[in-house]
Amino acid sequence: MRQTKNVGIFAALLAGLAMMAAAATPAAAYKVFVSNEKENTVSVIDSETLAVVHTIKTGARPRGITLTKDTKWLLVCTSDDNRIEVFDSKTYEHVKNLPSGPDPELFAFHPSGNPLYIANEDDNLVTVVDIHSDKILVEIPVGVEPEGMGMSPDGKVLVNTSETTNMAHFINTETNEIFDNVLVDTRPRVAEFTADGSQVWVSSEIGGTVTVLEAATRKQLAKIKFEIQGITPDAIQPVGVRMTKDGKWAFVALGPSNRVAIVDAKTFEVVKYVLVGQRVWQLALTPDDKLLFTTNGTSNDVTVIDVNRQRAVKSIKVGRYPWGVVAAPF
Amino acid sequence: MTDGSLTRTERTASALYRLLLAFAATAAVAFASMPLASAGGAAPAAPEASATAKPGVVTIPIILARERIDRLPPLSLLDQRPADDGLGGAKLAIDDNNTTGRFMKQAFVLDVVENADPAALIAAVTAKVSAGAGFVVADVAPDTLLKLADALAGKPAVIFNAGAPDDRLREEDCRANVKHSAPSRSMLSDALAQYMAVKRWRRWYLIVGERPEDKLYAEAMRRSAKRFGMKIVEEREFKYEVGSRRADGGFEQIQQQIPSFLQNAAEHDVVVVSDEAEVFGDYFPYRTWEPRPVIGTAGLYATSWHPAVELWGGTQFQNRFKRLNNRNMTALDYDVWTAVRSVGEAATRKRSGDPLTLISYMLTPEFEIAAFKGRKLTYRDWNGQLRQPLLVTTAKLHVTVSPQPEFLHQYSELDTLGIDKPETKCTAYKK
Repeated sequence: MRQTKNVGIFAALLAGLAMMAAAATPAAAYKVFVSNEKENTVSVIDSETLAVVHTIKTGARPRGITLTKDTKWLLVCTSDDNRIEVFDSKTYEHVKNLPSGPDPELFAFHPSGNPLYIANEDDNLVTVVDIHSDKILVEIPVGVEPEGMGMSPDGKVLVNTSETTNMAHFINTETNEIFDNVLVDTRPRVAEFTADGSQVWVSSEIGGTVTVLEAATRKQLAKIKFEIQGITPDAIQPVGVRMTKDGKWAFVALGPSNRVAIVDAKTFEVVKYVLVGQRVWQLALTPDDKLLFTTNGTSNDVTVIDVNRQRAVKSIKVGRYPWGVVAAPF
Repeated sequence: MTDGSLTRTERTASALYRLLLAFAATAAVAFASMPLASAGGAAPAAPEASATAKPGVVTIPIILARERIDRLPPLSLLDQRPADDGLGGAKLAIDDNNTTGRFMKQAFVLDVVENADPAALIAAVTAKVSAGAGFVVADVAPDTLLKLADALAGKPAVIFNAGAPDDRLREEDCRANVKHSAPSRSMLSDALAQYMAVKRWRRWYLIVGERPEDKLYAEAMRRSAKRFGMKIVEEREFKYEVGSRRADGGFEQIQQQIPSFLQNAAEHDVVVVSDEAEVFGDYFPYRTWEPRPVIGTAGLYATSWHPAVELWGGTQFQNRFKRLNNRNMTALDYDVWTAVRSVGEAATRKRSGDPLTLISYMLTPEFEIAAFKGRKLTYRDWNGQLRQPLLVTTAKLHVTVSPQPEFLHQYSELDTLGIDKPETKCTAYKK
């Protein structure tokens, strides 16, 4: 409760500042979509008013969430319905369902906009789906409980992490075959390429670290560790990783420690821990890299972090167990 | 570079980097016959197949030793013990190990040894160990475990005790070649007692069954009561002589006998039932003389696993288990799974199937496994006991997870459960 109050005070202070700032530089308004795992809904947030403007009803257990390249469609992994649900990103109407293989959790698009690569958490597979013909193109066997999906900016390499195998699998997207497996710390959750494609950051939830790999050689460049005063190390569980396009900052969601770490992406040093809601997992930056949205599973809210100020500015109540988040450029 | 040549100080970030290099080199050699996939010089992983026959694949046999023990039927049909209790967990862990092993050129093979005669069981396991098997997961009686440990003493093999909660196996009778993936009775009783302390349910009315394991469980509860400031205000022995739920009219008998047995006791907050064989404990909830909760082996109980757990990614784990075994996962399945996965995890990290390499690695502080408990699990280096959070649960759903956040520890909060290092009677691990 104390934390909510603090955020409230921050929000009040910053609302004033934001209004002044808004007068100077008109802030872009974006739509931010948040999947609520235990409510079977997606909350739509307006990034300017920081309020929920709409709630979309989905199938069972919505988790991974993303937009098509043309931003017309919103895609949601409805894990317990074993499919991908497609919604119109502007009218919020249900368009169709895509096959996904069992228990889809997270996915990544080829940068050309098609196909879609889906991690099937329950079935040790990555499923490749054509989103226009609605056909499964190929299934790639990976480790136990695949989850994280990182696509290289040039579309040549897909990195999938498997939670119980503790590996980052490097997949050649031309042959759809694994060409390298890199052991990382326990329970890797998310793989994220840097904007220039030179590095892959892999978070390890139980290991408590983020491993930075050089994409070309798969060699470890750094292992980022986290330490928060007064928080038991076991509660520091890195999951979501996002980086600003200018390559300056990385953000790491630290699960039940209720913090997001801000990391200098050049030196790999943690510069700050921002207190957010409870059990923070996934993150999304607005297209202008000014705001970061965090999904706080057990406090049922989303925290908004001002990237420049490195501060939490608001908590927004969404649905039960917010899981995934994506920001649209409109 | 061989895995065994690494010293502890070398096991740092730079050592990991070297290991990755070593792996890359091994992989390059191993996959040399495969077509190159990309300019990076790497090749696709070999598809899953009958790994034993493949060159370059290391086979790692894991023995599951099951002693067939006669048990009374449970009070509730829901508690009927599956014939493959424990075995289901072993099968899942072997599958999980092999999915990873596919990328490591390691194949894990389960070898089940079953017998009602302890001597025959021990002889069969010993023969397999002499033939090169290095890992034994045991679901056997405490005395059988000790005899097995002594029979294997000095051989390059380690036993995981997945079935016996007895504290003496971790304490005065501990063996250097035994690890314990099953929680001890004192861990289970501490898990309950911590929650009682948080709830301030301090006055305990202890009911003890007639069987030897009931006495041991009661002893663990007495120790936990003292440790966490509880008071046992009354204690009675329950001799099982009431009617049966199954018999027509049985419940009427029970409804009369349980309250009259419990009446005229000192003021108490909870009734603590010690009935490990579960022959009468489940008769107590809702039939007590005073309206009090029942905890212990019935009512609210502590366990390493529960089939309703969805915490910590448990959903996928439960689903995988059910798909493979067509039933719910029991605590014994989980304890066997953790043991078999320990071997798999060590084999992955050390890139080896050599028992001595893996056994010594599992003794280092670097060894940890993720086992759907929301944090890494490690083995206590003074008695080989796996540290783990325990569920405090009803038959249907968990109520809490211990250790409770109120109880702190200078090394690991998980060591607030069970007998701690300063009080251990185990000397086998001391060098």
